[in-house]
Amino acid sequence: MPEKKENQQHSTKTSRRSFFNKLWIFLGFVALAECISVVGAFLLPKKRRIKAGNSATIIEAGPVEKFPLDSVTAFIRGKFYLARLQDGGFLALSRKCTHLGCTIPWVTEEKNFACPCHSSAFDIRGEVISAPAPRALDIYHVFIENNVLKVDVGKKIKRTEFRAEQVTYPKSI
Amino acid sequence: MKPQKSQSSENLGYFHRIFQSIFPDPIIPKSEQERKRYLLKNLILHFRPATIPEKTLKFSLTWGLGGMAVILVLLQFGTGLLLKFVYEPTPVGAYTSILMLQNEVVFGQLIRNMHHWSANLLVLIVFMHMLRVFFTNAFHPPRQFNWIVGLGLFSLVLIANFTGYLLPYDQLAYWAVTVSTGMLEYIPGLGVHLQEMVRGGSDIGPATLSIFFAIHTALVPFGLIILMAFHFWRTRKAGGLVIPRRPQEDIEEKPIRVPTVPNLLVREVVTALVLLAFILVFAMVFNAPLESKANPGLSPNPTKAPWYFTGIQEMLMHFHPSFSLFIIPILMMIALLGLPYIDYESKPSGVWFGSYKGRKMAVVAAITATIATPAGILTDEYLVDLAAWMQGVPAFISNGLIPFVVVLAGSIGFYILIKRKYSATNNEAIQALFVLFLASFIILTATGIWLRGMGMKLMLPF
Repeated sequence: MPEKKENQQHSTKTSRRSFFNKLWIFLGFVALAECISVVGAFLLPKKRRIKAGNSATIIEAGPVEKFPLDSVTAFIRGKFYLARLQDGGFLALSRKCTHLGCTIPWVTEEKNFACPCHSSAFDIRGEVISAPAPRALDIYHVFIENNVLKVDVGKKIKRTEFRAEQVTYPKSI
Repeated sequence: MKPQKSQSSENLGYFHRIFQSIFPDPIIPKSEQERKRYLLKNLILHFRPATIPEKTLKFSLTWGLGGMAVILVLLQFGTGLLLKFVYEPTPVGAYTSILMLQNEVVFGQLIRNMHHWSANLLVLIVFMHMLRVFFTNAFHPPRQFNWIVGLGLFSLVLIANFTGYLLPYDQLAYWAVTVSTGMLEYIPGLGVHLQEMVRGGSDIGPATLSIFFAIHTALVPFGLIILMAFHFWRTRKAGGLVIPRRPQEDIEEKPIRVPTVPNLLVREVVTALVLLAFILVFAMVFNAPLESKANPGLSPNPTKAPWYFTGIQEMLMHFHPSFSLFIIPILMMIALLGLPYIDYESKPSGVWFGSYKGRKMAVVAAITATIATPAGILTDEYLVDLAAWMQGVPAFISNGLIPFVVVLAGSIGFYILIKRKYSATNNEAIQALFVLFLASFIILTATGIWLRGMGMKLMLPF
C-alpha cells in the first residue's frame, strides 16, 4: 500500500512537472511572439500617410480656361501632370511610370509620355502605347469648384486602362 | 625546476612582467614544437586545426577565394567604420557629407574608393568562391549545409552592396534603387507591402535612407560575423577543405598532414597582402563614381540597376515582370538551395567538374548558352513581338507564359539530350544544366551592363 501511494505521488509530481514544463515552453513562445511583433512594428512603414480629402493634400491647379485643349501641364509640387483632352475633359496623371517607378517626362513633339528607364510610352490619357509598362498611369481625383480646378494628391487611384468615367468635365462645355 | 622559474619571473622588470602576463607565449614561434602550441594559444588562430591535409594547400583548389572574401569583409568593416564618422544619413546631408569627405577629409576620397571597389570585388569573389565549391563538387555530404550557409553569406553581401548603393544619394543611387525596389511590386500579393516596408513609404526618401543605413551598418555586419563564424566552423567539422584529386583517383583514407603554421598561414598572409596592395593601387587610380545630387523629378536616361542586378534587368526586357522578377528568380533560388540535396548517382568530391565527361559536357553547355542566349535576345528584340501579335491576350500570357515555356522546354530538352548523348550520370547532366544557366546569366548581365544604351536599346558600347 505505501508503495502504491508513493507511486501515485510520483506520478502526480511528474505530471505537474510536465505541465509546468509545457507551460514554460508555451510562455517562451508567447515571449518570442511579442518580440517578433515589436520588430514588426518597427519595420512597418510609419503610418504618416496623409488622408485623402484633407485640405493639405488638395492642390489648386488654376482656372479651367488656363489649360488649352489637348495639352499637358506639369505640377512639380504635386508630382503630377494635368492633362486636358481634346474633348475638354481633365485627367490628373501621376508622373511615376507604372513599370518600375521612374519619373516620366511629357514629350510635346511626339504627344506622349516616354519613360527614360525602359522605354515605356503612354498617351495623353495615360494609356500604355508601348510596353513594358503593364498598366495605365495612376490618376488623382480632379474636381472643379467655381470654375477652378483642384486635384487631391492624397490618394493615388490605380487603374488598368483608361475609361471614360475617369475624366472630369467642366460644366460649361 | 619550479623555484627556478618563479625566480626568473621575479627577476623580470616591471614592464616585462606586464608584457608576459598579456603574451605568456613566444610571439614568434621558433621550433616545430612551439609552432604547434602557438596555434592553440593564439585567440585569432586557435579556430584553425593544428594540421591540415597537404593536398588542400594547392592553390588551384581554392584560388584563395574564401580567404580573399574574409580579407575584403574585414577591409569593409575597417573602411566602413571610418566612413561612418563622416557620413550623414539624411537626404539633405548625405550628398553634402560625401562631397565634404572627398574634398576636405584627408584620405577621405581614398577610403571611399577602397570601400567602393572592394565592395564590388567582394560580390565577384564570393560568386567565384561559390562556383569553385560547385565545380570541385565540394557540396556533397558532409558539406551540404555549408553550401546553404554560403548562399546566406552571398545574399548578405548582395544586401550590403545594394543598401550601400543608395547612401551617396546621387542620381545614380537614387534611380538605381528606385528601379530595383520598383521590381518588388511585381511579387504577387505581398509585393506592394514589401516595397513600402523596404522604402519606408511609397517613394524613396528620408525613411528609405535611414532604413538602408541601419541595414548597411548594423544588420549586415552583425549577420556577416555570425554566419562567417558558422561557415568556418562547419568547414572545420567537415574535416577541412575538400581534398583535390584526379577523376580516376579514389578518396585517400589517411591523407598526409602538415602543420598549419607556417604552411597555410604564410600562404594566407601572402594572398591577403597581394589583395590589399591591389585594392590600394586600384583605389588610388580610379575614383568611386559620384554623379549630381539626387533629383526625384528627373530620371536619367538610361537608368540601370546595379551591375549585379543587370542580369535580372535584362530578363525584364524579354519577359513579363511576373516571370522575370518573381517566378524565374524564385525557381533559381529553389534550385540553388536544393542543389546539395539532390539524389546524386555518384559523389565525386574534390574532382574538378566531376569527371572527364563532366568537363566535356560543361564546355558543350557553355558553348550552347553562348550561341542560344544572344540569339534569343536578338530574336526577341528585333523579330518577335508576341504582345503585338496577340492583341487581346493578356501580357502575362503573351509576354510571360509563352516565352517562359519556350525557355523552360529548351532547358529540359537540353538536359535530356545531353544526358542521352553522353550516357552521363545525373551529376554530369545537372552540372551541364548549371553551366547553361550560369553562362546565360553572365551573358545577360554583360548585355545589361555594356550593350544597353539610351532608352535601354541594344547598342555597341563604343
